Amino acid sequence: MPAEILNQKEISRVITRMAHEILERNKGSKDLCLVGIHRGGVYLAGRLAEKIETIEGERPPVGTLDITLYRDDISLRKDPPVIKETDIPFSLNNMKVVLVDDVLFTGRTIRAAMDAVMDFGRPARIQLAALIDRGHRELPIKADYVGKNISTARKENVKVYYTEEEQTDLVMLLKEGEQTEEDI
Amino acid sequence: MTKDLLGIKELDKDDIIRILDTASGFKGVLERDIKKVPTLRGKTMVNLFFEPSTRTRMSFELAGKRLSMDVTNVSISASSVTKGETLLDTIRTMEAYGADIVVIRHSSSGIPHLLADNVTASLINAGDGFNEHPTQALLDIFTIRQHKGRLEGLDVAIVGDIAHSRVARSNIYAMGKLGINVRLIGPPTLIPAGMDSLPKVKVFHRMEEGISGADVVMQLRVQRERQKGGFFPNIHEYAKLYILNGRRLSMAKDDAIVMHPGPINRGVEISSAVADGERSVILDQVNNGVAVRMAVVYLLSGEKTSRMMEERRQRTEDRRQKTDHKLMPAQERRQGTKDRRQKNEY
Repeated sequence: MPAEILNQKEISRVITRMAHEILERNKGSKDLCLVGIHRGGVYLAGRLAEKIETIEGERPPVGTLDITLYRDDISLRKDPPVIKETDIPFSLNNMKVVLVDDVLFTGRTIRAAMDAVMDFGRPARIQLAALIDRGHRELPIKADYVGKNISTARKENVKVYYTEEEQTDLVMLLKEGEQTEEDI
Repeated sequence: MTKDLLGIKELDKDDIIRILDTASGFKGVLERDIKKVPTLRGKTMVNLFFEPSTRTRMSFELAGKRLSMDVTNVSISASSVTKGETLLDTIRTMEAYGADIVVIRHSSSGIPHLLADNVTASLINAGDGFNEHPTQALLDIFTIRQHKGRLEGLDVAIVGDIAHSRVARSNIYAMGKLGINVRLIGPPTLIPAGMDSLPKVKVFHRMEEGISGADVVMQLRVQRERQKGGFFPNIHEYAKLYILNGRRLSMAKDDAIVMHPGPINRGVEISSAVADGERSVILDQVNNGVAVRMAVVYLLSGEKTSRMMEERRQRTEDRRQKTDHKLMPAQERRQGTKDRRQKNEY
């Protein structure tokens, strides 16, 4: 049986806490913006922005980022990955950019995301928010805001579902070779 | 997709749509302040042009550079072909330099196809004789989709020298695969026989008739060098019959767009007012060309990687078969060793 890590209610609480942490650390939402990394990070960035809006009364600008073209394994992959939309409709110069991703694993995605963000401007600061930190970092990267730390084996798989795509928000831990119902 | 992009003929509908969708992603890159991504860092592109070309060559060069490739251009006058080297040797030399992508333009039809099977680099056809110019057709289709939001069921008029146009040929193939209705307009001498027997293709000799109700009007360049062949009496008469001016454009749909692969001959196939008018998307075509070529290079590079991985897997497999005894159950292996010891093989 795949183990449930966070259910919808817990995810909502975690996001509320992270929103507070972001505001506390940055002393409000001035010059703050969120950039969600495809796919999951895009949904999470939207929700964090909503929460920040209910707390501060002002919604920080939200962008989406596709890191495909910045990957370090592009020449090692079998199929060239599909390029998704990168949409950052505001200047990143002198902004406090919070990168948002769902699962922090090797850190390679974040390395690529930081390179991509730098191509869009010169932010004052880049911070990282991740819903799940599952360890096994291959690069010296650390999240500033973590929803939940879990210890995993390398071959396990953390799967996140979103109401935008599925019936509910859910984080599951799949053992090696384990599949969810819909995969079968 | 295959290793190379030789022509639209070799692609299917899904390939074309995949290239267009990928190009949309690259269009975003070109709109940024820093128009460069590190995707293909360390890969090499060689532009091998045996025919003069400014825009296509520059477009490929920029596409490569914006993907962080190393790009070199070889033009005919500076190459060792003039010293008697065969084409195949030239291209093998390029490969020895480490070229991953070779873009080739040649005045003879079929040259890229001939070379493709003999090299491991990915070949992109940038125009071969009267045959095809696939990336031009792809960027044309991309531009149509950008402005019309759809492809299937559109009416596209292609006007001019169809017979000698590789742009027209590639577009006819592509549009046929995508369900676009094509109207070919030109004097009988410049439209090859049998064209109207192709599905979704109609032939017109009178411009007014062919253009009416069209969603897209694509003018081809009058290739002045053809005039010597006697295909039309003189350039003025051609212009009179087939120029796209405001009056003729008004017969097409109200939102019809005007396209031209360039370079344009003002006052011959297109009037200045139309070329510079608000319905002209000629400069969009140029701009989209870079994004489409980036997409082609990106997708072919992925294809090359998967081919290399397959070869590597095959090699490992072969090696494994040679050293098969390791996979034998221990007991059999020991027995084998015992036998050999008895035979004094050790």
